[in-house]
Amino acid sequence: MGETVGETVRYRVGTIEEIPEKGVVLSQAGDVQVGIFKVKGKLYAYENRCAHQGGPVCRGDVVGRFEEPLGEGGVSLGLVESNERFDIACPWHGWEYDIETGEHIADRTIKLRSFPVYEEAGAVYVDVA
Amino acid sequence: MSERRTAQAELLHDRQQDLLANAEHEAEVRGLRDFPIVDVDCHILETVKFRDLAPYIDHPAIKRVFEKYAVPGMVLPGSVGDRDVAGRIFRGPEHMLTSGHADLPLFMRELDAMAIDYASIFPTPMLSLGLHPEVEMEVALARAYNTWVCEEWLARDDRLKAMLYLPFNDPEASLAEIERMGDRPGVCGFMVTSVRKVPLYHNRYMPIYATLEERGLPLGFHTAVQWRDGPLEQLNRFLSVHALGFPLHNMIQLTNIVVNGLPERFPKLRWIFFEAGVYWIPFVAARLDNSYMMRASEAPILQRKPSEYMREFFYSTQPIEWPEKLDHLETVFDMIAGETQLLYASDWPHWDFDLPSQIYDLPFLSEQGRRNILGRNAMDLFGLPELPQHMAAAAAAGASA
Repeated sequence: MGETVGETVRYRVGTIEEIPEKGVVLSQAGDVQVGIFKVKGKLYAYENRCAHQGGPVCRGDVVGRFEEPLGEGGVSLGLVESNERFDIACPWHGWEYDIETGEHIADRTIKLRSFPVYEEAGAVYVDVA
Repeated sequence: MSERRTAQAELLHDRQQDLLANAEHEAEVRGLRDFPIVDVDCHILETVKFRDLAPYIDHPAIKRVFEKYAVPGMVLPGSVGDRDVAGRIFRGPEHMLTSGHADLPLFMRELDAMAIDYASIFPTPMLSLGLHPEVEMEVALARAYNTWVCEEWLARDDRLKAMLYLPFNDPEASLAEIERMGDRPGVCGFMVTSVRKVPLYHNRYMPIYATLEERGLPLGFHTAVQWRDGPLEQLNRFLSVHALGFPLHNMIQLTNIVVNGLPERFPKLRWIFFEAGVYWIPFVAARLDNSYMMRASEAPILQRKPSEYMREFFYSTQPIEWPEKLDHLETVFDMIAGETQLLYASDWPHWDFDLPSQIYDLPFLSEQGRRNILGRNAMDLFGLPELPQHMAAAAAAGASA
């Protein structure tokens, strides 16, 4: 049950300890299923619905971004997995979204629906408009 | 052992159902259960129960191989390439590969979640069997697979259909397979795997086409990729191999069919091409028409341009391309007579599967057009009976109109 605050409904979705680092907790917030992620200690909340075919994107892995840095003269330095940038990959088809923005990593115009998420005294809340 | 397997199967059921809850939601919000949806191409993983094929194999040496060990890598040309993008894509239990399973009750639950009423099933690793250097292996496995599919799948659920496997490297054995299996319940045609190097225009193949035409059974070509084959070997990412390879093999088979005038020789035979999306079709049509206008003397059987024959073929939709501008896709549909010639396919459970919503949501289709592609075209093509729930829905809609 959520608490109505102005035009949004605030849902308590768990405690900060329940969300593992680079992990997710799924919570029903009214009609919307929300995935609350914690990456580098920061919280992010997205609807569990991929922009592609509606897949359960929040059931996917949080993965380090694959990058292929270039050296001088356009030489590939090989594939590396980032320790700084992380994505959510939808398990249905692999559509991959930047955890910080919810944007598809190959097309920034495609975004997951996001929600304000915050911690108060150890409890985690999301606001659903 | 059997108890353990049962527990694992239950776990698989539960988690798969959980992962498919989103598919159910997509179906419900669109009312997709009110009209028939036919999935013309989805896949079972026949190698999970590979040893089960042994009783159906009549070649003594190959039968022994299956009775003793049935190691897929020993009898099938392998298909290298990570389909699942380093574990990003998975089905059911964490990091279960998308290559699939062979559990019929689970399979039916998956189809139900996607609102699919009828499904035509195909094998998975056997899609590369056409490259096996031993013709006897293709014949033996084709015969065994066909019988196994009829007895273990089609006979257990009449919503399942199949286009059975033709061992096309042996035209006489292929013809015999049509005679042996063509009347079995649930058989809705025969299939040739496109990844192979056969002269399908050779006179030895003509009895196959004549027999299928006479029986009214469609002939499908199901593409795949074999990375270590021909020009694809130059590509260094599976992304590239997948994008080019799937259309490539269908292009080659279709081109030989059209240029050698097979649709003129067998005008009632219905041809279907599977699993290469739709953008390749107008490309090939334009290229063939252009070359034909300059070199018509090389194709004297043709009475029309290649593209005109191609507009009478059928094509499965998956994986339907995702263009930035939908009017480009609309043009493609117009060029290939999409509303009458396209057949929805899921390709479930493979990594690039499509839900029915991929077709339903196309804004340029008429209501009848989207229903045609999602089911009606295939119902007519395969002669599938109406289902009671759809007749009731149609009656209710008529009564309220």
